[in-house]
Amino acid sequence: MELIIIPVVAALLSIFTKGNRWLNTILATAGLGVLLLKFGPSNMDYQSGQWVSIVDVPWLSDVVHFHLGLDGISYLLLLLTNILLPLIVFSVNDHRKPSLVPLALVMQAGLNGVFMAKDGLMFYLFWELAMIPIYFITLIYAERDNFVTTVRFFIYTFIGSLGMLASLIYLYTKTPDASFAFESLMSINLGYTESIWVGAGFLLAFAVKIPLFPFHTWQPNTYTYAPAQGSMLLSGIMLKMGLYGLIRWYMPLAGESIPFYQPIIITLAVIGIVYGALIAMRQEDMKRLVAYSSLSHVGLIAAGIMTMTETGMNGALLQMFVHGVNVVGLFMAIDLIQQTYRGRHFAELGGLAKVNRWFTILFFLIIIGTAAAPLTNGFPGEFMLLKSIFDYDTTYVVFAGLTIILCAVYMLRMFQFSMLGEPQEENKPIALVNTLPLVVIAIMVIVIGIFPQWFIEIFEPAVKNILTTISNTKGVMS
Amino acid sequence: MNPIALILAFPLLGFLINGLLGPKLPKSIVGWLGSIAVFASFILAVSKWSLILADAKGINWNAYTFLQIEQLTLNVSFTLDRLSLWMTLIITGIGSLIHLYSISYMDHDEQPAKFFAYLNLFIFSMLLLVLGSNFLMLFFGWEGVGLCSYLLIGFWYTNKDFGHAARKAFVMNRIGDLGLLLGMYLIASNYGSLEYAEVLPSMAQGNGSVSLLTGIAVLLFIGAIGKSAQVPLFTWLPDAMAGPTPVSALIHAATMVTAGIYLVVRTQALFFLSPAARTVVLVIGVLTALIAAVIALRQNDIKKVLAYSTVSQLGFMFVALGVGAYTTALFHVTTHAFFKALLFLGAGSVIHGVHDEQDMRYMGGLKSKMPVTYWTLLIGTLAISGFPMLSGFFSKDEILANVFHHSALVYGIMAFAALLTSVYMFRLFFLTFHGEYRGTEKLEFDKVHESNWKMTTPLLVLALLSVLGGLLNLPHYISHEGFLSAWLKPTYIMFEEVIHADMTTEILLISMAVLIFLVGFVYSRQRYLVKGVSPEVETKGVAKWLQNKLYIDEFYNLVVVKPLEVLGDILFALFDTLLLYGLTFAVHPVLRWVGGRNRKIQNGNIEFYLLYMVVAIAILLGVNLLFV
Amino acid sequence: MLSIFHSLEISHYIYLSCVLFSIGLFGVLFRRNAIILLMCIELMLNAVNLLLAAFTEYMGDTQANGQMFVFFIMVVAAAEAAVGLAIIVMVYRNTRKTDVSFLDQLKD
Repeated sequence: MELIIIPVVAALLSIFTKGNRWLNTILATAGLGVLLLKFGPSNMDYQSGQWVSIVDVPWLSDVVHFHLGLDGISYLLLLLTNILLPLIVFSVNDHRKPSLVPLALVMQAGLNGVFMAKDGLMFYLFWELAMIPIYFITLIYAERDNFVTTVRFFIYTFIGSLGMLASLIYLYTKTPDASFAFESLMSINLGYTESIWVGAGFLLAFAVKIPLFPFHTWQPNTYTYAPAQGSMLLSGIMLKMGLYGLIRWYMPLAGESIPFYQPIIITLAVIGIVYGALIAMRQEDMKRLVAYSSLSHVGLIAAGIMTMTETGMNGALLQMFVHGVNVVGLFMAIDLIQQTYRGRHFAELGGLAKVNRWFTILFFLIIIGTAAAPLTNGFPGEFMLLKSIFDYDTTYVVFAGLTIILCAVYMLRMFQFSMLGEPQEENKPIALVNTLPLVVIAIMVIVIGIFPQWFIEIFEPAVKNILTTISNTKGVMS
Repeated sequence: MNPIALILAFPLLGFLINGLLGPKLPKSIVGWLGSIAVFASFILAVSKWSLILADAKGINWNAYTFLQIEQLTLNVSFTLDRLSLWMTLIITGIGSLIHLYSISYMDHDEQPAKFFAYLNLFIFSMLLLVLGSNFLMLFFGWEGVGLCSYLLIGFWYTNKDFGHAARKAFVMNRIGDLGLLLGMYLIASNYGSLEYAEVLPSMAQGNGSVSLLTGIAVLLFIGAIGKSAQVPLFTWLPDAMAGPTPVSALIHAATMVTAGIYLVVRTQALFFLSPAARTVVLVIGVLTALIAAVIALRQNDIKKVLAYSTVSQLGFMFVALGVGAYTTALFHVTTHAFFKALLFLGAGSVIHGVHDEQDMRYMGGLKSKMPVTYWTLLIGTLAISGFPMLSGFFSKDEILANVFHHSALVYGIMAFAALLTSVYMFRLFFLTFHGEYRGTEKLEFDKVHESNWKMTTPLLVLALLSVLGGLLNLPHYISHEGFLSAWLKPTYIMFEEVIHADMTTEILLISMAVLIFLVGFVYSRQRYLVKGVSPEVETKGVAKWLQNKLYIDEFYNLVVVKPLEVLGDILFALFDTLLLYGLTFAVHPVLRWVGGRNRKIQNGNIEFYLLYMVVAIAILLGVNLLFV
Repeated sequence: MLSIFHSLEISHYIYLSCVLFSIGLFGVLFRRNAIILLMCIELMLNAVNLLLAAFTEYMGDTQANGQMFVFFIMVVAAAEAAVGLAIIVMVYRNTRKTDVSFLDQLKD
């Protein structure tokens, strides 16, 4: 409950901070504080893998319950949200963007709600609640007149969400006790055809949000023209809503349709991996490059989830966290470059390493983390994901594995054209204080890269639990 | 504390100190710090010698669990057995000398701390590779050296071409890494473990079909192709010359490229069980040895000649592995480490002496100015060309002898490649040190100078090693069993006794080897010393092809890189932007059209609205009557 | 009086009210004069009234619920007629016409 209220209160308070980044960051950190102190692994039992309810009160008579709670998976994503938010808020150092921080904090509340909701309609409400602030952020603070892109993005994702709402309502009409509670919705036995339609509704919402090839077309332009913080929020956290929804809502609720959708989604995801990478290889605009690389990476995660194996799920969850951290780091670095220098196109940059020693090191760490070099955070997740795909189908893994090569190509290309080479003119260095969030991210790159197992243990039991539940109630064997 | 932890910790510490505090430290300290860190590991490794000698099982260290994937446990664990100790000694021993040499080589550079930090990280990654007790650790080191080579090749980052070469090296390595990774998956899903100590004995006991083993072996070998610069992934290594010369020495002699050999020797049980995979290794090795030697004949950059010579020598090693002579391959790794480090450092000394000129067309007659470099380089050249009783003679002869037992045809090809070795090495030597000085006016001959003691000491040590290196594994006609053979025997799980030829064949082979050396020497002497052919002449016909490296880079560009780039462009411009993004635009006109049609119904006239209402009610009633 | 009432079967009432309703409906749909429109609506309402009264008798409802509704409808109809005529008068003052086909300002 605190995780919803505190960000909202912080959002209200942040209106009066006059854009002081330190105060704002402190306000944004409150959520992380509560999360660690109240719901940290020492206070909660994540080892059993069971769902722990925090609030469960009737809300709309008995039909909708205000039901919040968490397990290891939710905890992981809450951790991601609440770690990244302060970093993103800190990166706002422009007084001309007064409502950016309050909007971001409202979004934090919505995201926290998404990851904690255990009632179908509550989930839907938070899902849409998180959309509203990002709509305004991308609209108001865009780099150029961004109305068309933003509205397109909004309508696109909104139509997807409607599919999910339709599926939820359909399931609701079938429940014996007329309730949107997760357990009631899950208890229904759907017929095969029925489940395919219900699944289609869910998958439409999640595929657009993830985004899965070919539902990604809202993404590149939105990322490119949104303000940096908008891109960070979208790619770092909002994408994970779709992946989380796949695990938490689609699979248990419409699990009967998994045999039908599994090959389809994995094929699309693998296509997306290669497709995104090939396009990213040829981009000159750093933000657009990262947008397409993100398409490639989430494709791998989605494929891993859909293999329905413990390896795939664990790898996917770890990679969700890692991708969130890294992609925020990348966008932040690009934003700093753009703020300090001429722009973010290759043609306008080069030789920045000469005056930015620390920034170069941090940026490089994040880049090799993204390119999944061993002992950085990208490796363990990618290793597990590729292994799960390998066990699913050996021909697919050859294509999915291309990401190892292609990711190195486009990431190093970006690094080379921006940081290396002869400086075009005398540059001033990037202010060191602005790189503070990158330090935090770089530390996470190293620590998770060296000790991934510590991390996995938080959510592993919950993954086991969900997989058992699915196979027990829906008869889908992993 | 576990000795393995310490061996690993020193270079890592050196990396961290130099990397984090580097610019704050005085320039004179950073080099010594880096050198001492590596040397400490070397001393530590030496001190464990007797322990490993007594107990061939070696020391194990299981640090922690890296990942637990269902039944598969991946540990960060290490083992110091005879094989890894041998590799550790080469890496840290040669590594220390190269570090020492670098101190004065990098004297004038702006960022020596960065350089030594990278060098130490390189050594650390390589140690991770050889000390790891499972494929995961191997992979860590494997990618780690790839990353370090990227950093070091692109060390002078302001140069765009160097950056490009660095990227090329990393990407080509990654192609191989994918093969290695897939091989690891295949092992993991069939043997449920990635520990050498569990997988290899299980294979040796006959678990797994031959086709499975061949699949694994070939995939692992693809990794080795990438890392050890074999055909077809060898083009990155000559480009890697972009880095500072000590880096080339490090990559070529002691580390990185030998990783592929190490992998095959480590998993020799697997390759032993799969003759098909061994044939693949043999064929690739032969091709590489030949192609690289041919290209080396007409290169003008002194470092490029040495680079192709490395590729060619690596081909020799893989040929040895292909015929199942694992110890011989490792013996050649060792001697090659000595003389190739010597050659590179010597070349570095030359380059340093002539103020960063690398093109042999502008050298010549340097003998009088750089005596130490001259004599040590001569030893290196003699060693690699197979001068009798020097280290290279023994190791190469052993490879050729093994090949001879395998197939006469392959022996013929390899003998020819050995001949070419002798030719291009003496070409390099004569062009550099003999004849007239051909330098341009930008550097007068008087300014050419010998390097200082910090650079020449490693040369002298390496020259000594190049002379004596053959003692490490004397052939059976001199001593009963070579030292290295005896040392490595316990690490092999499946081993085939080498059948020694009778004395006549042996003498024949030896005289062949001497003959090869002599022919190469005499040919080069005639052409470049007596006739004084200057390299500028060699720009026509075949020579032009060779100078342009057979246009292999251009071929790859045309066949792989360009199509991928065009594909990327097409996907972006046509598919993504026009089709998919356009589709979302198409929604808009469709909706508009449908709306435009429907708005005519809403003409504002009450009568029509009433009519619609009545008709609708009638329809609803009708439906109700008919269907409910 | 009563005898006549009882001598008719319920079906006759239904037929009659159907005819009346249809006349009203067609009048509403096809006439354009607003006053006639209003009268036709009255006609439809009265058709329903007739049916309500007839069925009350037919069902033998001593509470006379149906007749109660008739009164309600008559009251509403009177009110409606008053409001409707007032609107028509206002429209007539503005447009000098009582033809509804001119009133097509509802679109767009």
